[in-house]
Amino acid sequence: MPHDHHDHDNHLDPMEARTRALETILTRKGLVDPAAVDAIIETYAEKVGPKNGAQVVARAWDDADFADWLARDATTAIASMGFSGRQGEHMQAVFNSDSVHNLVVCTLCSCYPWPVLGLPPVWYKSPAYRSRAVIEPRAVLREFGLELPEGVSVRVWDSTAELRYLVIPQRPAGSEGMSRDDLAALVTRESMIGTGLPTGPA
Amino acid sequence: MNGPQDLGGMMGFDPVLPEPDEPVFHADWEARALGLTLCVGALGRWSLDESRHARESLPPAIYYNASYFEIWLRALEALLVRHGLITAQELAEGTAAEAPPHPKRLPPERVAPAMAAGTPYDRPVTSPARFRPGDRVRARVMHPRGHTRLPRYVRGHVGTVEADRGGFVLPDASAEGREDVAERLYTVVFDGAALWGPDAEPGTQVSVDAWESYLEPV
Repeated sequence: MPHDHHDHDNHLDPMEARTRALETILTRKGLVDPAAVDAIIETYAEKVGPKNGAQVVARAWDDADFADWLARDATTAIASMGFSGRQGEHMQAVFNSDSVHNLVVCTLCSCYPWPVLGLPPVWYKSPAYRSRAVIEPRAVLREFGLELPEGVSVRVWDSTAELRYLVIPQRPAGSEGMSRDDLAALVTRESMIGTGLPTGPA
Repeated sequence: MNGPQDLGGMMGFDPVLPEPDEPVFHADWEARALGLTLCVGALGRWSLDESRHARESLPPAIYYNASYFEIWLRALEALLVRHGLITAQELAEGTAAEAPPHPKRLPPERVAPAMAAGTPYDRPVTSPARFRPGDRVRARVMHPRGHTRLPRYVRGHVGTVEADRGGFVLPDASAEGREDVAERLYTVVFDGAALWGPDAEPGTQVSVDAWESYLEPV
């Protein structure tokens, strides 16, 4: 990453210094409790992440009624598994098929379904991904190692409003009879954004 | 605004470089910047749309050279000064006089419920829908100076309404402090060739979620 770890002397990184200064001001003025900052960091560093989304996908593969519910009302269906809240208030599940591959982007900022995927990776927020996903999605997918067959069309969802999209990839061949936990282990973060596919069964 | 954030279709950036086993944060300050942004947001002095507008109002040369958390931190500083919560002098000095806790300061025990509750943006809209699924619509040609969520790459192009999502807070108004304005939101899908002409990759469709006033009938 170009923005970090240039500085190996004793001085603070400029952004580290700038952030500390702002936290000092906000704390002294009674606007922020640093313990609340700690709690937010703990939430998104340790509790909320793509393992949540993987459970949703695994259940959709394994439970046709749940998949129907997800297609009709993803917000409620996902909340029933305990995943709801900030940046997931209005969820949409989009299902890959033999003929359509879905890809999610936010060209205007970094909109991303936090309750099911956690915070977005750097590449998702990068100008490279945001600029190119809508004009050359197949070229972008190739950089992720994903070459789609010619007969498969690409549907790109630009998250320009408060709807947050979760891609439901196709269930991998050979995964019949696997437990839901084992299925969830096949579901990668990239497969739920559309820049990848689930891993195959071992 | 036609700011640096409106990236769809631009060229010249690097290849997309996914980082294997990427950590959630690449430095401590990134984590603190996230936490500060959410804590201050809980004071309720500005909307998410105003935050977005502050980020996209950064000069393009700064925006494109900054990591995303740097963009957040710079915008947070600007919002805090604009709304009088801190002063430019305090920011320059890096400290401030002690003050009692703000009545809406987010306590740690409220973090989990606040994150789990989120902030719903759907609103009842009583006017009849102007468009229905299947209708052909044109994304308006418009270049507002303020915040908007209609990306440039669809403006002037014709697509098809795929879904009526119901009423949602209108970001153009909400970014200016008018959070009571809502409009119907539609998912509109465009063929790649309609957006990009002969240079489009074959077999591509792109959709945006567009508020009713962003669209006109064809």
